[in-house]
Amino acid sequence: MIGIKLPVSADEIRKLKAGDEVSITGVMVTARDAAHKYLVETDGEDVRDLLKGSMIYHCGPVVKKGEDGKYTFVAAGPTTSIREEPYEAKVFEKYDVRAAIGKGGMGGDTLAACSEFGSVYLSAIGGIATTLAQSVVEVLDVKKLEEFGVPEAFWVIRVENFPAIVTMDSHGNSLHDEILEESRGAYEKLVE
Amino acid sequence: MEHEKLTAHFLELIRRASTSLPPDVVEALRRGIENEEPGSSAASTLGLLLENSQKAKEAETPICQDTGALYFFIEYGPDYRQSQLVEAIEAATAEATARYYLRPNAVDSITGKNSGDNLGAGAPNYHFTERDENGLRVKLLLKGGGSENVCAQYKLPDGRFKAGRDLDGVRKCVVDAVFQAQGKGCSPGIMGVGVGGNRDSSYGVAKKQLLRDLGDTNADPELAGLEKQLMGELNSLGIGPMGLGGKTTVIGVKAGQLHRLPACFFVSIAYLCWAARKAFMTIEGEEVAYDWD
Repeated sequence: MIGIKLPVSADEIRKLKAGDEVSITGVMVTARDAAHKYLVETDGEDVRDLLKGSMIYHCGPVVKKGEDGKYTFVAAGPTTSIREEPYEAKVFEKYDVRAAIGKGGMGGDTLAACSEFGSVYLSAIGGIATTLAQSVVEVLDVKKLEEFGVPEAFWVIRVENFPAIVTMDSHGNSLHDEILEESRGAYEKLVE
Repeated sequence: MEHEKLTAHFLELIRRASTSLPPDVVEALRRGIENEEPGSSAASTLGLLLENSQKAKEAETPICQDTGALYFFIEYGPDYRQSQLVEAIEAATAEATARYYLRPNAVDSITGKNSGDNLGAGAPNYHFTERDENGLRVKLLLKGGGSENVCAQYKLPDGRFKAGRDLDGVRKCVVDAVFQAQGKGCSPGIMGVGVGGNRDSSYGVAKKQLLRDLGDTNADPELAGLEKQLMGELNSLGIGPMGLGGKTTVIGVKAGQLHRLPACFFVSIAYLCWAARKAFMTIEGEEVAYDWD
């Protein structure tokens, strides 16, 4: 298990290889569909400084608001990342983001952006939402809550020992592509 | 049964569905661990799924943050009316959202506005069946967006993978759907397969299969054979838990059929993630019973 502290440099990220297990500590931001569209279409002034050298978590959490007005994450697993494929490469470039964390993997544009900018794609396990919510030790802020709604808002969170696997590295390797190609052989036999 | 009491029972049904995994699914994931190589990442991923489910049950928090769309399948006797049931379910759904058993998951498709309480046009989903005996039999399924996005509908024949208008063609459609989905639907998944029907009823019968016990055997011997064959074949694809490789790609294949038009042969695959959240209850008079803890 490789420990990563946020913010992190592109040089550090380039040391990671597909298959490495990592444990992340620091401040990151959740962003999914409405948020990615916003990041590409605007200057993203609400979150620009937070994203620099940090990571984006593809997650639409269940969030509890306490009587003191403070938020806590109740359930917070990853959402399917491929929906952000049309946006992610631009987001990496424009906001100097070091990783996207999600599930299911991403496509060729994001993989190329990982190599170009020194970023990675990390897979978290889908559906272990209670477990992952326990790694989110503090909700620091939320942006665009009214406009985007709870699942889609930018949640600024501090995580401790958040577990993930590097499945797309900055050297052109994608475990998702490998599994796809391996399974294609079995698939072709079954539909012959 | 009076409104407050009925609402409380539906709320409890939703809480159970969202925070605890049904015993047949737990059992299937355990068998998955036994089939994987000891110490493999597939085995450890499956272990984490079970560990998370246990934690969620104890903390009464959702197993998955995508608490899905709610599908209520309800048989009701002459002592109930649909409008009365809808009223209780809507109240229970809003309350379950306020208690964080559910994420606000109903978004206006035109304005993009989240309703905030899981109520809206077509939300929740209802399937009502009338019956002669008094009382209620309710089955609730929570189905998330990731798995919904990888559902697929085919029209036979399909030349892309030489699928003809027969059961072998149906088999090939299911293989193709699971191959295309890779890990995106949160594998290991459960495949509900609808054979025949029209565009919407085909998906309907596919989704209904997701309520079946994973250990049951299809009463139709042809479909039972298809389900068994597909279990083996799909798990030979090597996609594995979360699409990161392994022998456990599906934990269930359940097929149902409907008559079709001579010109149409639809095959629909309803993909359900491993977090297959369902809860069943029976109400007779003032008594309520849930099928499992």
